Amino acid sequence: MNVLRYLIQKEFIQIIRNKALLPMMTILPIVQLLLLSNAASNDVKNVNLVLIDKDRSQTSRLLRNKIEAANEFSIVSYATNNSEAMPYLQANEADIVLEIPNDFEREYFRGEAPDLQLLVNAINGQQATVGFGYLNRIIAGFNGDILENGSMAQMSQTAPRAMIQIASRNWYNPELKYTHFMAPGILAEITALLTIVLTAMNVVRERELGTIEQINVTPIKKWQFILGKLIPFLILGLVILTVGIIASKLFFDIPIRGSVTLVFGYAIVNLVAVLGFGLLISNFAETQQQAIFVAFFFVLIFILMCGLFTPIESMPKWAQYFTIPNPLAHFISVSRKVLMKGSGLADIKMEFIYTIILALVFNSLAIWSYKKQQ
Amino acid sequence: MVHFESVCPLRSSSIRTSWNRLVMQAIQVDNISKSYGKISALKSVSFQVEEGELFGLIGPDGAGKSTLFRILTTLLLADSGEGHVAGNHLLRDYRKIRRIVGYMPGRFSLYQDLSVEENLSFFATIFGTTIEENYGLIKDIYVQLEPFKKRLAGQLSGGMKQKLALCCALIHRPEVLFLDEPTTGVDAVSRKEFWEMLKKLKQKGIAILVSTPYMDEASLCDRIALIQNGEILTINTPEGLMTEYDLPLYAVKYDDTYQLLKGLRKMPYTKSVLPFGDSLHLTVEAETPVSKITEYLTDLGFENAEIRPISPTVEDIFLELSRRTESKND
Repeated sequence: MNVLRYLIQKEFIQIIRNKALLPMMTILPIVQLLLLSNAASNDVKNVNLVLIDKDRSQTSRLLRNKIEAANEFSIVSYATNNSEAMPYLQANEADIVLEIPNDFEREYFRGEAPDLQLLVNAINGQQATVGFGYLNRIIAGFNGDILENGSMAQMSQTAPRAMIQIASRNWYNPELKYTHFMAPGILAEITALLTIVLTAMNVVRERELGTIEQINVTPIKKWQFILGKLIPFLILGLVILTVGIIASKLFFDIPIRGSVTLVFGYAIVNLVAVLGFGLLISNFAETQQQAIFVAFFFVLIFILMCGLFTPIESMPKWAQYFTIPNPLAHFISVSRKVLMKGSGLADIKMEFIYTIILALVFNSLAIWSYKKQQ
Repeated sequence: MVHFESVCPLRSSSIRTSWNRLVMQAIQVDNISKSYGKISALKSVSFQVEEGELFGLIGPDGAGKSTLFRILTTLLLADSGEGHVAGNHLLRDYRKIRRIVGYMPGRFSLYQDLSVEENLSFFATIFGTTIEENYGLIKDIYVQLEPFKKRLAGQLSGGMKQKLALCCALIHRPEVLFLDEPTTGVDAVSRKEFWEMLKKLKQKGIAILVSTPYMDEASLCDRIALIQNGEILTINTPEGLMTEYDLPLYAVKYDDTYQLLKGLRKMPYTKSVLPFGDSLHLTVEAETPVSKITEYLTDLGFENAEIRPISPTVEDIFLELSRRTESKND
């Protein structure tokens, strides 16, 4: 016990003396949070539109006014025909070309559904679909407006239109603030990433300097050595998480609906898993360079497949299974559920179970593959 | 008792010899071999180090010294052969060996970002002891370090680093000390001091296996093994080693050393001729009179070449033995 205590004490002395580590633990998470939460936004705020109004009627102007008034669109140009509009698409200056056909008003009031032509620049798929969605909503709203406006003389009274109104409310994030969604995820990502890299590098550094050799000729037990690395870096990870949560609250005012204790409780389990993974990497790397590359390889996969930027539900089935051994995916899921939805222990039961299994597997492998003798 | 002895005298004597071995030998190496891929680093090496003996392993870089150290300190597994350290089997009792040996690797491998004091108490704690408990053993060395005890190990000078490493290897009062090239890269004064310290440790009953590439350090050991290309050339006391050189040896000096070397190589009595500093060491066939060499040199025009018989240095012996081994292997 004394040996373990001294190993941990030694590790902390070294951590505190390392001048690069403290800024890395505090400034790095804050910068990443600020940068990623704001910049890596999936919000489509500005769809560029080219309008071709061939009808030039009262009704078509009504529709135009509605689109112009919408915040999401900025009209790049009013064209008279397709060939005038196409260069804008070509030059990527416009995302959507909306064409209101010649007989729009006439057909509309005749009760025939007139066709509006939408040309969508699908190079940026996200921008295109979201823009298309916005436009659809406006057009649907336009329909409703005209129906309500019974005074319109041309209104056909004989064709009563049954309309289903879909009213949606956004729960948990009513203003659809992207930062509220991203910050908890990024928090989990930074914590896991930094701890993987820091532990892997730390152990490999001991190998490079030869100090591990000196340790290996002593009667230190394997588990003592592994725990001696795990515990200090677990505490380090919790410090990073705390810094991150405080920063997210201060800068983004993220909602903290669930229990912070639960987040930290889960974080401890997750960090143990992630640290085991870092130690596992370190056992197979001779130099810090090798460790960085291997860590980089896995961290990249972990990040891209953890549901931070793209929802796991929209991945192919096989890829969804791949997220089960990804500790980051569970961490992000828990962090979002607890912080945004206020989920309790019962709601994150599965994440807990998976992570405990991962922690056991990674750490057993780390202890098993750590050889005091070659 | 008498009855027992008479019934199985063989068994009782074999017990006695193995028991003797356990007590007497600090290190016992039997036919240890190790290769890295196709390169064989150790070729069936055997030797013994007695208790309280200062045993030197002398050979150039790449001779296999460090590999041997790593095997004996249980860091590396040998491909074949057996070994005992203080009576403990290398494979079966490796845990016990780790308790009773002190190891100082060739490269400084203490924590550079910990202070002198922190390093020392770290290694003491790991072995379940304290600095105070074994202070007597390291006192002579540690007094020189004490003024710098708050300094980080990484900021010490080369000689100080070696002293700290030695202290850390000694802090748990080991029975056997392994020092892998402790004086490499250390200045001449510190080297001398270091060997003084080893002598004192030996007097305290600690067996020491020390390796060095410096031939002149051989005479400071009780016994030495010359090692090259993973093979032990000879094992002897420094004095005994000198008698192994059974051929006449001369130092030959001339202004143009290179021309002299070329000339002497062609001389019919020459066994070997090698440059040593500003002179050449010439080994000739047994019972060759000096007059014949002088005559030969005068004929070639090296009139005032200086020829003087010398006693061999460890380096001469090493080079001669390795030459013989090579020609035998060819």
